[in-house]
Parts: sequence; C-alpha cells; structure tokens
Amino acid sequence: MNKIALQVDGLRKVYANGNIALHGISLAVPEGSFFALLGPNGAGKTTMINILADILHPGEGTMTLFGRDVFQEKSWCKRQMGIVPQEVAFDPFFSVREILNTTSGYYGCRPDRVWIDELLDRLGLTHQADKNTRQLSGGMRRRLLVAQALVHRPPLVVLDEPTAGVDVELRRRLWDFMRELNRNGATILLTTHYLAEAEELCDHVAIIDQGKLVASEPMQSLMHRVAVSRLVLRYAKPILISATDEAALTDFKPVILDEGLELHLELRRDEPGMSGFDVAYEAARNRFGPPLDAAVHQEDLEDVFVRLTGNTGAEGETHVQR
Amino acid sequence: MYSGNPRGAWTLFTREVNRFLKVKVQTIVAPALTAILYLVVFRYALGDRGVPGLGIDYFTFLIPGLVMMSMLQNAFANTSSSIIMAKVMNVHVYLLMAPLSAVEVVGAFIAAAVLRSMLVGAVLLLTLSPFVDLSPAHIWMILLYGICGSILMGGLGLIGGMWSKKFDDMSLINNFLILPLTFLSGVFYSVKQLPPLWQQLNAYNPFFYLIDGFRFGFLGVGDSDPATAAGVVVAAAILTVLACWYLWSIGWRLKE
Repeated sequence: MNKIALQVDGLRKVYANGNIALHGISLAVPEGSFFALLGPNGAGKTTMINILADILHPGEGTMTLFGRDVFQEKSWCKRQMGIVPQEVAFDPFFSVREILNTTSGYYGCRPDRVWIDELLDRLGLTHQADKNTRQLSGGMRRRLLVAQALVHRPPLVVLDEPTAGVDVELRRRLWDFMRELNRNGATILLTTHYLAEAEELCDHVAIIDQGKLVASEPMQSLMHRVAVSRLVLRYAKPILISATDEAALTDFKPVILDEGLELHLELRRDEPGMSGFDVAYEAARNRFGPPLDAAVHQEDLEDVFVRLTGNTGAEGETHVQR
Repeated sequence: MYSGNPRGAWTLFTREVNRFLKVKVQTIVAPALTAILYLVVFRYALGDRGVPGLGIDYFTFLIPGLVMMSMLQNAFANTSSSIIMAKVMNVHVYLLMAPLSAVEVVGAFIAAAVLRSMLVGAVLLLTLSPFVDLSPAHIWMILLYGICGSILMGGLGLIGGMWSKKFDDMSLINNFLILPLTFLSGVFYSVKQLPPLWQQLNAYNPFFYLIDGFRFGFLGVGDSDPATAAGVVVAAAILTVLACWYLWSIGWRLKE
C-alpha cells in the first residue's frame, strides 16, 4: 500500500466568526486502507471532510486525491468520492429508489438497477425502495445516506459518523459491507466516536484535536508506541507504600487503588530473557509479598485517544494515591 | 469542446421537472386558475370598455399581460422555492458535492423554470381559447419574450434562493420586489394612461418590456418600441444568467 489515496497538506480553515477549525493539518490516507479519522467533538474532522466534499471553502493548504488537485480538478475528484455526511437530510419529494437514481445521474452514471438493488439489499432497504423518504425511520434514512454515497461505486468512501444513533444490526451490516468494499480495493475514511469500532476495523488512524494533528500512523504502530499495559495486583490486606518503595517502583508508575488492596504497575517493554510482566511482578513481590491475584490490563484505542487528546481521566492515574 | 457532465445536468433538470410535476395542482393548475379569476373579475367589472390610445377592448388587452405575469411569477417561484427549500433542509449539500459545474447547475435550474413557465402559459391559453380569439400577430415575439422572460425570472429566483437564509427572506423578495414590479409593469393598464413621470419611471422596469413585448406578439400593438423592448429583455436575461453562473461558482451564501 504505497500509493496515497488522499494527501492533505497544511490545511487551514478559519470560519467567518474567527474560529480556527484547522491549524494547517497534513496527513496521508494510503490507497486501499481503512482509515480512522478521530478526534473529540469540534476537533475539525467534519470541517476537513466538508472541505473535501466542496461544501466548505478551503482556507490555506492543498488536498490531492489519487494524485489530482481536489480544488483544481473538482469534477474528476468528486466522481472518485462517495461521502456519507454526518447530518441526515433528504429531499422530501422522492422515494428511496428515485433518490438513488438521481444521485447516479448527478455523478454522470446511468442508473445501474442491479447495483442499486444490491445496495438496497445489503443495507436492508429493499422493502423501503418505493417509499418516500418522509416515511423512513431515522435508522433507515442513515442507511439511505450510505447507499447514496456508494451508488456511483467510488474508490474512496468517506463515512462521517455513519453509526451515530443507529442500532446494532445496522452497524454490523454496515461494517461487513465496508470490510468487503475495502477488501475489493476501496479506500475507506471513517470518523466515529465509537473507538472500539475504529480499533477493530481500521488499519490506519489519525487523531486531531482542536484543529491540530496529534497522530497519524498505522493503527498497530500507534498502539505499540502509545498504548500501555498495566499489571494489576490484588492483595489480601491493604499495602502501604513508603518513600523507598516508591523510589524502587518509580519506573512502573505505581498507583494504589481500592484503599490499598490493589496495586497498578505500568509494564515496560519486554527485555531480553525477561518479560515486562516478570520484571514488574518480581519488583512488587519483593516489596509487598505475593499477591492474591495478578492480571494484565492492556490499554485500548480509547485509552490512547484520551491520553493523546488530553481529555479527562488519564492524568490522575499517573500519580501515587496514598 | 464541452467535456463536462451532461448526464448530471440532465438529471438535475429532470429532477426539477419531476419536483414541480409531483405537486402540479399547486404549481401549474392553481396559477392558471388565479389568472382566470382575475380575467373574470375584470371582465364583469369593466365590461367592453376600451383601452385609450390602443384601439382595443380592455379584456383583450388584459389577457396577454396576465398570461405573461403568471409565467414570470412561476419561473421565479420554481427556482427560488427549490433552492430555499434545499437550503433550509440542508439537501443543497448533495448538489455541492456532485460533480456538476456552475454552468450545468444554472442551466438545469433555469431550463426547468422555463418549462414550468411555458406549461403555466399553455394551460392558461388553452383554457381561454374557447372564449376569446388568441391568434397571435407575431409568434416569434411571443416565444422570444416568453423564453427570455422565463430565463430572467428563473435566474432571479435562483439568486433570490441563494441569498435567502430562511423562508421569510424569500417572502421579503417576493412581496416587496417581484410582486410590485410585475403588478406595476403594465399588466392591468396601458402606460399611456399614466402621468408623464410614471411613464418615465416605467421605462426602467424590465418587466414592463416583457409584458409589453409579449402583448405585442399577440395583439400587434404595444406601448414601447419592439426593438428596444427586445434589446432590454435579451440583455437582462443574459446578465442575469451570467450573474447566476458567477454566484454559484463562488458558492455565494451556500458555502462558508
């Protein structure tokens, strides 16, 4: 996957009210990747997608799609993208099938009945095909948004929070479909607040916070670089941690919880001949004796996200609590 | 050589046509009925009274003007309502996202407005044809003014829709600009009946030339010089289309 589907360089956006939404973001979405674009609310994810979609004027910076300038070669670039916007909105005059036929036409394609039927089937909309959009439930409307974005078979699919407020069945159906499209060569760019989904689906991730890029790399690399494993030791009686103990365990950033009954130690990387688990376990056993129970807690993408974006929670745990 | 998206433009045109045909009672039948009611009322209120200076009866004078006024108002309503509804419901983003150039979007919207205007005009004329003699004096004048007027109004509707943020803004344009200009354009009177100052002011109202030229096409008589009227109308239509193209291409009041 050496080719780049979407290259963003120095993208900056200042709204009319002076709010700086993007501070010169640069990132690359590899061709064929399943790419997560993450960030807290107001981080600038949707602004970036809306600039790509030509819904917002770009500020400074460049965007290239499959090597072509998004702002100069608009028509060609737009045909390569299928965008599922965050906000669900539909023309109230038309049925589901009419909307899909119209969208095909906008993209210069003759309506492909076979493909449209497949989209309706894969997204569970077959029985709603001739219904007006006003008759659809919220979940159904979101499915239609997805079908609309895929109707011209774009090589880049952009999903801006596609599963916000939808049921488990649609999520599973949608992710199965996206995985299949991705396997068949489509590049998927996804923004979501469901970080477990992003971790499971995506092979690349970028995190932006307050309009600035915090990380952009393969998922595995990010997790290896930032995620921390913790050894959780449970004791029968409360333990007390002296200044000497703290000095001895300082590398493990000890945290005592549950009124002294639980000790958390951050695991270091494995060393030759000894695992990080063994090193931490031995250090604790030497100080406090054998624990009742020992377990390892592996940080997930959510923990990494919280740590990188400086949101709540992470700071308190790094200090010893007496 | 045009290498754009003709299928996209055609799709937008058919979508616009389907949109107004889905509510045809409201978009075609109702305007025709309103115009017919005007005619009935004036017919019985004024009887066989003639129009001074033109040598024709008032009822005959009134018909082409009313037909043209309905056509103009409907051309304006078609584009303006489509754009403002799309903006309020946030579905205009699908047009912005689509690979359609400003020429294609403006062309499709205005073509649909012209078609609706023509349909309204045709329904009105067909309904009235059993009761009055509507044989045209200059068919090409009728087509020229009908088409140019519809392009002009379709374009103004597009600009009005882009400018408006809410339905109330559109209502402002409709009630304080379009309605007065169409009513004060010589639909219901000959400008020769007006005081000199008002006659001069009327010369600056492009709608006056539209109504008068259209009437000239039917009756062979009018208040203005047909060549001047044609020049004003064609120039106004071209300028409006160019303004639409420019404003859509910069995303005026559509994109932040």
